[in-house]
Amino acid sequence: MAKLAAVVGIGQTRYKTRRGDVSIAGLVREAAVNALADAGLGWDDIEAVVIGKAPDMFEGVVMPEIYLTDALGCNGKPMLRVHTAGSVGGSTALVAASHVQSGMFKRVLTVTFEKQSESNAMWALSTPQPFSVHLNAGAGGYFAPIIREYMRRSNAPYDVGIKVAVKDRLHGARNPLAHLQLPDITMQEVEDSMMLWDPIRFLEACPSSDGACAMVIAAEELVSESPKAPAWIRGVAMRSEPTMYAGREEVSPQAGRDCAADVYRQAGITDPRRDLDCAEVYVPFSWYEPMWLENLGFAEPGEGWKLTMSGATSLDEGGDIPWNCSGGVLCSNPIGASGMIRFAEAARQVRGDAGAHQVEGAKLALGHAYGGGAQFFAMWVVGADKP
Amino acid sequence: MSEQAEDITGIETPVYLQYHFTAGSAPARFLSRIREGVLTGQRCPRCSNVYIPPRGSCPACGVPTEEEVVLPDKATVQSFTVVAIPIPNNPIKPPFVIANLVLDGANISFIHLMSECENSAVHIGQRVQAVWKPEEEWTYAMDNIRYFKPIDEPDVPVDQIGKLPITGLEG
Amino acid sequence: MKDIAIVAFSQSDCLAQAGAANEVELIMPQLHAVFQQVGLNNAQDVDFVCSGSCDYMQGAAFAFVAGVDALGAVPPIKESHVEMDAAWALYESILKIRMGHADSALIYGFGRASSGELPTVLSQQLDPYYLAPLWVDTISLAALQARMMLDQELLTERDMAEVVARCRRSAMNNPHARLSGEVSIESLLAEPGLVSPLRKSDCAPVADGAAAMIICTVEQAHEWSVPYALLSGIDHRIETHNLGMRDLTNSVSTRLAAQTAGVALGPVEVAELYAPFSHQEIILSRALDLKNDTKINPSGGVMAGNLMMASGLSRIGEVFKRIVAGEITRGVAHATSGPCLQHNLVAVLESA
Repeated sequence: MAKLAAVVGIGQTRYKTRRGDVSIAGLVREAAVNALADAGLGWDDIEAVVIGKAPDMFEGVVMPEIYLTDALGCNGKPMLRVHTAGSVGGSTALVAASHVQSGMFKRVLTVTFEKQSESNAMWALSTPQPFSVHLNAGAGGYFAPIIREYMRRSNAPYDVGIKVAVKDRLHGARNPLAHLQLPDITMQEVEDSMMLWDPIRFLEACPSSDGACAMVIAAEELVSESPKAPAWIRGVAMRSEPTMYAGREEVSPQAGRDCAADVYRQAGITDPRRDLDCAEVYVPFSWYEPMWLENLGFAEPGEGWKLTMSGATSLDEGGDIPWNCSGGVLCSNPIGASGMIRFAEAARQVRGDAGAHQVEGAKLALGHAYGGGAQFFAMWVVGADKP
Repeated sequence: MSEQAEDITGIETPVYLQYHFTAGSAPARFLSRIREGVLTGQRCPRCSNVYIPPRGSCPACGVPTEEEVVLPDKATVQSFTVVAIPIPNNPIKPPFVIANLVLDGANISFIHLMSECENSAVHIGQRVQAVWKPEEEWTYAMDNIRYFKPIDEPDVPVDQIGKLPITGLEG
Repeated sequence: MKDIAIVAFSQSDCLAQAGAANEVELIMPQLHAVFQQVGLNNAQDVDFVCSGSCDYMQGAAFAFVAGVDALGAVPPIKESHVEMDAAWALYESILKIRMGHADSALIYGFGRASSGELPTVLSQQLDPYYLAPLWVDTISLAALQARMMLDQELLTERDMAEVVARCRRSAMNNPHARLSGEVSIESLLAEPGLVSPLRKSDCAPVADGAAAMIICTVEQAHEWSVPYALLSGIDHRIETHNLGMRDLTNSVSTRLAAQTAGVALGPVEVAELYAPFSHQEIILSRALDLKNDTKINPSGGVMAGNLMMASGLSRIGEVFKRIVAGEITRGVAHATSGPCLQHNLVAVLESA
């Protein structure tokens, strides 16, 4: 019943610690202009704009869609701003797709961004709250204990996270847009880096980046108006669960498993490792790769780390299910955009448009985003072939 | 006077906003009790799980939690991390332990500091007890408890963490 | 395109200050009220949930996340959030239903504007390089707009006072109102200016609170055996952020949204307009081309109480209530966001 929709244009900005050369408006416009150019379209071809970003405190601008109307050619058009914490990049893509899949629009532009150098993201993530203990723990402090529990359950060797940290940075070195360019990174270097929140070392954690990502999503009948191969949207899903509740499974959240099952069912996937050619998965701390391999059904519980250690997820090692060929969140993390970058990079793969980090012959790819206390999940499956 | 004017590439615009923060009704009851040195959780009428700090509802069931349960200040380490990043205005210096602790009789964990311990000896299942600030410093805040320290009790098996009664492992 | 039915609505009282009530305590009573109207238990019984709120209003970075604790989201649910008035959360939910991924949706909006100084907080919505550092508050911007209306003789101060008096009188029938009562035009005009030409009475009283709504397909409404109103048209449009480049006296985005939503396709018996300032009600009614036989803001509008992040949804809810009560057969609801009516949403509701 959902109308067919496809990604016909993708635009990103170069990710850096600080884009001091553009304003916030300039940053989003750069991504949008790149997406329109990629789609062979102009501003008038867009019927609505859907933007997304993480908490407003990251730049200090309240409800930025109000300020960004002009930068995104939205004067006189509908504009929506999605905010689902860290998964927002992904859920924004899904809301944009729903504009077309509902039949209410034929072609929309979606942009996500973060210019977190303008404020203090670490502070914004853990503002001291009255009556609570101020631990300044941040995201790392929250996820480290969960990773420790995974390590205990799975008996994984200590260096699984190190291997992922190296793999994703080597992937990132193939991607000229990636923030961290570390082509010479070694396992030893990662192991020697400072332990921040044991067991997460500095080089096992994501950077803080400025950047924006944009896509043009079109209805089936308008796809041929764009010159490049489309990425057909084959499945879309979102799930949420409360941050904390008694008996909550935190290592492999139910919401992630349910979301994956839903999107796989839509896309006709029964064995993700075999049916998918690659995946762009939200891994901000390296140990989340083996954890998400299990959560997303690529490996049995307790076995995700074996898949990682075997090189199966590495493009450089010729793995059969490369993960995060773009370098992933471990190379670039403009928080509000990171989810959409996953979705967009998955689309690039099936369009044959991923440059030096292309998986040969990729036809079906997964894009994944999560946020909050690993409680909000957004996923899509895109394919080279029309369903 | 500069020979060559430089382009202005940025401005600093501090944002100062004042907020009056109100704890919710259920948290306010919890805070009034912690001010007296008493830890209280709230029990869900549907699933019977005890939440601390209570927020007035059971997130799983979506119903208000009314029943108050007094809890001891002993807990079990559900998980933990050793942190290298300092906390502003806190005398505890890195590296220090932040742990997910489940109080006896409660069914969810909260995070707090651990101290008076060997960081390398902290482990899942370890038994700890609260070290309170002096009574005259008590206020409406969870940090009336300065930190938790290890106590000499047997470890709790992993599958029982979060399921102990108020009386602890012996109970 | 699939028809959308509105089957339930509830709103809290408009309180100057909610006092000791966190997000969950604000939201839960409204959720339970709408569940009860339809005969449901919790969020497990709808296919999609979407909320609207604004972190900055409460001064906490993830305020909306706390709201999820009110839903009973175990097992996990399909849920999303917009950092806008819940009227836009309604819009997102309609897309979900129309693409066939949900047959029903729960929408809610909430806010505790009393935590901060709202007009000052909202000054940070403005262009961060040129305008926000000036800390121009929303009341001052609205005052500029009112000044333009007066100088161009598009209305008089008396017209503005008449809007206020009429809204306060209508609000006497609204159990949730914060401000209601009989007040004479003369006494309003005798008030000193607050931010000239606006008087305090010209500014809607901001309130803490929450509102919730359930929508679904017509088939689902029949299955639930509940009365419903049809959402026969909905659209929203945003204008340029540059105040100097807009005609602040003419809400073109409201006109455009009204056209797309099909306002003129039938009689408008009632119009609930989100006008945070009295002169804006006049701008909006002209943009919607309302005739004399339209009852404007029979609830008192937001002049009775402005629930930030929920007032837009409430306008739609107020029209819904009157339709299912059999008082009217067709009505229009409006929501706004941004300085001086920059972003506007228009919805047309009809009886089944």
